[in-house]
Amino acid sequence: MIKTLSRRAFLARSAVLGCSAAASPFLTRVSYAAAPWDTRLVVIILRGGMDGLDVVQPYGAPGYGALRRDLAGGPTRGASDLDGFFALHPALAPLMPLWARGELGFVHAVSTPYRDKRSHFDGQDLLEAGTADLGMVRDGWLNRMLQLVPGVEAQTAFALGHGEMKVLAGQAPVADWSPEAELSMSPQAERLMEMVMQDDPLFHPALTEALMLSRGTSMAVVGDMAGGDDGEGMMQPPRAAAGKGMVPVAQFAAEQLRGDSRVVSFSINGWDTHRNQGRVLGGALGNLAETITTLKDGVGAEVWGKTAVVAMTEFGRTVHENGTGGTDHGTGGAMVLAGGALRGGQVHGRWPGLDEASLYDRRDLMPTGDVRAAAAWILRGVAGLDRAGLERSVFPGLDMGDDPRLLR
Amino acid sequence: MLSYDAYITRRAHWLDLRKKRRTSSGARAEAFAKQAAAVNRTFYEDRVRGFGQTVLRWSLTDQGLRERLALFWADHFTTVGKSAPQRSATSIYIDAAIRPNLSGRFADLLIAAVTHPMMLAYLDQQTSVGPGSVYAQRQSKLRGLNENLAREVMELHTLGVDGPYTQADVRQLAELFTGLGISKTGALQFNQRRAEPGSESVLGRSYGGDPARLEPVLQVLRDLAVHPATADHIARKLAVHFVSDTPDSGLVDHMAARFLATDGDLRAVYTAMLEHPAAWDDGPGNVKPPFDFVASACRALAVPQDRLQDAPVRQTNRLLVQPIGVMGQSWQRPSGPDGWSEEDTAWVTPQGLSARLRWAMAVPRRLLPELPDPRQFVTDALGATAPEPVRFAARAAETRAEAVGLILSAPAFQRR
Repeated sequence: MIKTLSRRAFLARSAVLGCSAAASPFLTRVSYAAAPWDTRLVVIILRGGMDGLDVVQPYGAPGYGALRRDLAGGPTRGASDLDGFFALHPALAPLMPLWARGELGFVHAVSTPYRDKRSHFDGQDLLEAGTADLGMVRDGWLNRMLQLVPGVEAQTAFALGHGEMKVLAGQAPVADWSPEAELSMSPQAERLMEMVMQDDPLFHPALTEALMLSRGTSMAVVGDMAGGDDGEGMMQPPRAAAGKGMVPVAQFAAEQLRGDSRVVSFSINGWDTHRNQGRVLGGALGNLAETITTLKDGVGAEVWGKTAVVAMTEFGRTVHENGTGGTDHGTGGAMVLAGGALRGGQVHGRWPGLDEASLYDRRDLMPTGDVRAAAAWILRGVAGLDRAGLERSVFPGLDMGDDPRLLR
Repeated sequence: MLSYDAYITRRAHWLDLRKKRRTSSGARAEAFAKQAAAVNRTFYEDRVRGFGQTVLRWSLTDQGLRERLALFWADHFTTVGKSAPQRSATSIYIDAAIRPNLSGRFADLLIAAVTHPMMLAYLDQQTSVGPGSVYAQRQSKLRGLNENLAREVMELHTLGVDGPYTQADVRQLAELFTGLGISKTGALQFNQRRAEPGSESVLGRSYGGDPARLEPVLQVLRDLAVHPATADHIARKLAVHFVSDTPDSGLVDHMAARFLATDGDLRAVYTAMLEHPAAWDDGPGNVKPPFDFVASACRALAVPQDRLQDAPVRQTNRLLVQPIGVMGQSWQRPSGPDGWSEEDTAWVTPQGLSARLRWAMAVPRRLLPELPDPRQFVTDALGATAPEPVRFAARAAETRAEAVGLILSAPAFQRR
């Protein structure tokens, strides 16, 4: 069983070993030094297995029409033509202006090293661990990247939302937060709360971080703090952030990235399209499009010019449509890239073909590239990491191969 | 709570109204839309009431283990509704398929859960059709397999992801499952015309043949239920849930051995867990997930029955249902069929903890006519061995609401 440890769990462990958690610079309220680098990185985990073939539709490929009957795509079915061979799913049409400006791209026919069992959960664990197998993973690749960069502070990186982001779990400081999470207590209640939790290795660091993040993030106020049925200053029941879908998360992310934060990661769920894929995938892609446009509008033109958004999924889906207007778990899939820092306007990757002999296990798109290699090249450009560190520490054992030139 | 049949009747009424709305126009269509929305609202209300009733069971029961087992197995056999009607029926599914089978044979629980229409709908089984079936030959809409349920039965429900199955086994089990469907009245129905002809081989054993029948499907589930990999998987999951995120391996082995020796007699497996010394080790207990936290707080506070059962739906939603979502556990809506995390670290995040503390300070005074005296409540909630810092905080807080909030926020309360 894979076990990733969060920053707090690491601290908890060191507390048990007798090192003082309070002595950690992470737990003191320091003002930020300048951010360690300038490019902004947003890593979105698309959970459920996105059907890359229906997102970036190879309508020019021989055999495509026969494989996808109900799910037929291409420009004649409402998709936006990308390059005469690939077309973009209609639900991503709001992103076509980005494509035209070279700020939206894709990497096709990529996968993690995960093969054959096709489990979402192991697949996601491996995607986030960034390792070749699930043997001894303790942290996520995005956290290991932060471990290599000097000057990483408590709010350099954010893991947003309520689901676990194992990709950011590990020893480097990461802020776990959610837009609606502000905690504000009377000074006396705060002191007593610290006291009540002080001996617990899990609760105490989480409390400290919650209080620190509540002070450090500016737009977290939600609900009727003043007014309501209890008058000003009284604690209100927790409630979800106002706004539809991923919009509050994307707005919050943009707010942080405009400042000193450099890495944000969160999940978008809803890609497991076994059935009724036409409708279900459209919904998930609409969510993704809205997330990207909210990020872009939120960070503003200047920061968007140095932002890289990378969306990746645990696996692609079967090349054949299944019996129920959907697709089952597969292997090769696609990555979505957006932002002015990336070299968009093209579909990267080596196209394997759809004829039966070219498929993986005669059912899935053959992966011709490793999502980790694409991610590694992006990290190299974003944070100026060297290849040796990436291949040894961030993605142990990875051969990055030739530079696919994913960044501008 | 509604019976499953009553739910199906109401759902049929709702579908009928929606159809009438689509096929009419003007004022008539508007009237149907209004009626459909009113029925739709009752589904939402049922869902919230199901929450209130579950909290009530936690509040009043003298068999706490039973309530925890019901939640554990409902999570192991997660179903998530894909529409408002279906989401209202999750509690009905748990009452019908899970609760009657908590302490019998695992095979019976497995069969009840996997063949329940809610599961067939959630994991897309009811539309999976044998490619060689009569049905697939005659019409063009549904013409093949859907692997979803077959994969999750082996990966999540029985053998575990490290179990000895391959993609070929998934495929064969999916073929064997074809025919499992839902009748017009919402009941389980075996539809021979949709079933793949011939026999299937799962884990090296042959099942079924012509004509296709339900019995071989039940037989493969019975076999999977007593497989050694299933014994290990279930033993470990129970130990992780009830004892520790990192359970003693002797405890897990002891439980798995009992599972195998008794062909999956769950009562015997629970007994094996409780009789093993490692189940009683000192040390911090597991953290309560958000529902358990809120439900056990309601029990400790002795929230009156009418505030849980008969309260306006809006209020229950605002004070109980929405908050556990903000704590990270949207009521009966986990993001996948693997259900909620068993790991303490998944719940004790800054954002999750923030929501717990806000709930503990803000909600009890909205649920009770009068808050308890904190000096007494600290003992009611934590017993005579309540930690001294919590006792101190209960005395030193500036308001009663903060004092109660501090007691409920104490790790001693948030852990088991």
